[in-house]
Amino acid sequence: MSTLIAEPSQLPAPAEEPRPNYPNVAYGLISWLLTRDHKRIAILYLLTVTAMFFIGGGAVTIVRLNLMTPEGGLVEADTYNRLFTIHGVIMVFFFLVPVVPTVLGNFCIPLMIGAKDLAFPRINLASWYLFVVAAGWTLYAILADGLDTGWTFYTPYSSQSTHYNVAPALVGIVISGFSSIFTGLNFIVTIHRLRAPGLTWWRLPIFVWTIYATSFIFLLAVPVLAMALILVILERLLRIGVFDPALGGDPLLFQHLFWFYSHPAVYIMILPGMGVVSEVIPCFARKQIFGYTFVALASFGIACLGFLVWAHHMFVAGISVYSAMIFSSLSYLVAVPSAIKVFNWTATLYKGSISFQAPMLFALGFVCLFTAGGLTGLFLAALGMDMHVHDTYFVIAHFHFIMVGGMVMGYMSGLHYWWPKITGRLYSEWWSKLAAIIIFVGFFLTFLPQFVLGYNGMPRRYHRYVPEFQVWNVLSSAGASILGVGYLLPLFYFLYSFWFGPKAGPNPWQATGLEWQTPSPPPPENFDRTPVVVRGPYEYHLEKAQNEP
Amino acid sequence: MSLDQASTWTPAERDELQHTSLVRHRLEEQFRDLEQQHEVASLGMWIFLATEVMFFGTLFVGLGVYTYMHHEAFVKASEKLNWLIGGTNTVVLLISSLMIVLAVHSARVGNQRHLVMFLALTALLGVCFLCLKGVEYYIDWRENLIPGWKFDAEEWIQRDHLRPEQVPQVQLFLLFYWTMTGLHALHVILGIGAVLAMALLARRGRFSPVYYSPVDVTALYWHFVDIVWIFLLPMLYLTGTHTGADFHF
Repeated sequence: MSTLIAEPSQLPAPAEEPRPNYPNVAYGLISWLLTRDHKRIAILYLLTVTAMFFIGGGAVTIVRLNLMTPEGGLVEADTYNRLFTIHGVIMVFFFLVPVVPTVLGNFCIPLMIGAKDLAFPRINLASWYLFVVAAGWTLYAILADGLDTGWTFYTPYSSQSTHYNVAPALVGIVISGFSSIFTGLNFIVTIHRLRAPGLTWWRLPIFVWTIYATSFIFLLAVPVLAMALILVILERLLRIGVFDPALGGDPLLFQHLFWFYSHPAVYIMILPGMGVVSEVIPCFARKQIFGYTFVALASFGIACLGFLVWAHHMFVAGISVYSAMIFSSLSYLVAVPSAIKVFNWTATLYKGSISFQAPMLFALGFVCLFTAGGLTGLFLAALGMDMHVHDTYFVIAHFHFIMVGGMVMGYMSGLHYWWPKITGRLYSEWWSKLAAIIIFVGFFLTFLPQFVLGYNGMPRRYHRYVPEFQVWNVLSSAGASILGVGYLLPLFYFLYSFWFGPKAGPNPWQATGLEWQTPSPPPPENFDRTPVVVRGPYEYHLEKAQNEP
Repeated sequence: MSLDQASTWTPAERDELQHTSLVRHRLEEQFRDLEQQHEVASLGMWIFLATEVMFFGTLFVGLGVYTYMHHEAFVKASEKLNWLIGGTNTVVLLISSLMIVLAVHSARVGNQRHLVMFLALTALLGVCFLCLKGVEYYIDWRENLIPGWKFDAEEWIQRDHLRPEQVPQVQLFLLFYWTMTGLHALHVILGIGAVLAMALLARRGRFSPVYYSPVDVTALYWHFVDIVWIFLLPMLYLTGTHTGADFHF
C-alpha cells in the first residue's frame, strides 16, 4: 500500500481496543449542537440537507402527478405555482448549493489537507445555525404566507403583482446567503493557511481545488443576490419602484443582478460534483488522474467564466443584440474547461483496472449525464436556438441533467465513497449498485422526454397543456417515480449499515488520499501527529509497480 | 506585517513573550503557532472585505445605472442632500483611520498606553460621525426627504419644476441614499463595537508585540468602512451642483 505520510509509524495499527473517535468522544444532543468539530458539523448538515431534499422532492412529486393529464386536475393552478416554487427554492438554495461543500467538504477538506479543523470552527457552527434558521424561516414563509414566483423572483411580478407577500421568504434566502458566505470564507482561509507540511498546491486533491473555486463564487456572487433581494423587499415595503418601470425602475437590472449570482451559482452546484468524481475515478480505475494540472485549473476556468455569461438567461428579455452576441460567445467558452474535465476523466479510465463499486457507478453516471447536459447547454447558448426553446421544458431538461444528473449523482458518488470514512461501516454492495442503476435509468426516463416536450414547444411552469404532449409527460412522470424509488433506497441501506454494517477499516477502497490514512471514523483531532506529505494525491501507479515485481 | 518587525525587543525577550502569550492567549487548537493564527485571522478579514465590496458594489451599480437613466431628477435630488455635513463626516472618518493606524503601530511596538488611547480616539471619532449623521438624518426628515414615508410630491413639482414622472425617480435616488448610508452607518456601529472591545482587551493587557492580530484585523475592517464612505460622498452628495445657498440649517 502506498503511503502519503513520510513516517509509516504514524499509520494507525489495526486497533484492538476502541479508540476515541469523533462520534464517541461525547454523547448527548448538546454535545452535537455545541460542537466545533468539522466532522460533527458535517453530520448536522447531512441531516438537514437530506430533510430539505425530501421536502423539495415531495413538492415536485405532486407537480409530476398533476402533469399526468393535460387538464392538470389534481391541484388548483395557484397551488401548482406554489408547489413548483417550493421545489425550486428548496432544491436550489437549501439543497444543491450547500450540499457537497457543507456535507462532504466540511467532513473531508481538513482531513484531505492534514489539518485539525477548519480555520474558524465557531463560524462553521454559526453557518449551520444560520442555515437552519434560514431553512425553517423560508419553509414557514412559503407555507404560511405563500410564494408563487418561482425560484427566480422576477420583478415586477415578485415586487408588485403577486398577491402573496414575498418579503418573508426573501428574508430567509438572504440569511441562507450569509451561511454560504461564511462557509466559503472558512474553506478559502483553511485551504490557504492550514495545509500540512509538504502539501503544496500541486499536491492538493482535485476535490480541494473545486471546493476552493466554489468558495470564491460563494464570496463574490452571493452578496449580489442578497442585495438584489433586499432591494425587492424594500420595494415591496415602501412601494418605491426600484425595479418597476412605471416608477422609474428597471426590471432588467434585477435580472442582471439575479443572474450575476444565479449563473455562477450553477457552477456552485456542479464544481463540487466534479471534484468528487475526480477523486472517485482514479481510485476505482487504479490510475493517476490524467492531466492533473489541467483538471485543477479547469475548475478555476469554469468559476471565472461563470461570472461572465449571466446575460445568456436574458436573450429574450430585451438586451441589445450586440451584448447578446458577446454573452453567447462567452457562454460557448465555458464548454472548453468543462470538456477538458470530461476528456481527462475518460483518459483516466483508459487502460485502468476498473472496478464497478457503487461510488464508481455514480461517478460514471455523472460523467455521462453531465456530458449530455453540457452539450444541450451549447444549444441554449446559441442565440437562434435559445429564442425557440427559451422557457420551455428543453431548458428544464438541460439544467436537470446538470444539477440532478450531475450534482446529485456526484453527491451520491461522494457519499458512497466517504460513507465508510464517515461512519466506519460498509454498506450493502448489492443494494447500493442497484440504487445507482435505478437512479440512472429513472433519471433518463424522467428528463429525456422533457427535451422532446420542450423542443415541440411546451412551456415551463404551466399547469395544463395541449393533449398531444400527454405521452411524453406520462413517460416523464413514470421515470420520476422510478427516480423516487432510487432516492429512497440509500436511506434504508445507509441506515442499516450505520448500525449493522461490517467494520470498514481505515481504507476500504485502498485509496491514496490523506483522509484514508487515519482511522474510520476519524479521531476528534483527525491525525495523531500532523502528517508530512511527500507525494501527489493520486499515486495509484506506484502501488501497481509494487505489486508487479 | 510580520511579527519580526517588533523593533525594540531582543530575541530572548521575544521568545519569552511568545511562550507566555501562548499560555495566556489560548492558541486555538487548530493552529500550529501564533504566526499561523495571525495569518489566518488577517486573510479571513481580507476575504470578508471582498464579500463586503460585492455587497456595497451591488448598490453602487444600481445607483450608477439609475443616475445614468434619470440624470436630471437625480441631480436635483442630490442637491437637496447636506454636503457640508457629508464633507465634514469624510474628514472625521479619515482622521479616525489615522488614529487606528497609530493604534496598530502602538500595539506593534508594545506601547500599551498609546494603544488604548488611539483605540478610544478612533471610537470617539466614530461616535462623532454617527452624531453628525443623526443630525443630517433629522434635517432630511424635516425637509421631507424620506421616500415612501415623508415625501411631498407636490413640493418637488412646484419648487424644483420637476415633471410628474420624475417624482418617482427622486424617490428612487432617496431610497438609494437611505439604504446606502444606513447600511454604512450599521457598519460604523459594528466597527465602534469592535474597536471598543479591542480597547477593553488592550486595557487588560491582552496584546503584545507578538500577539495583536485582533487589533490588526479590526483596523482592516475600520479602513474598509472609511473607504466605502469615500465612494458614497461623490456618488450621492456630489452628483448635484451645490452652492453656498444650499446650507440648510
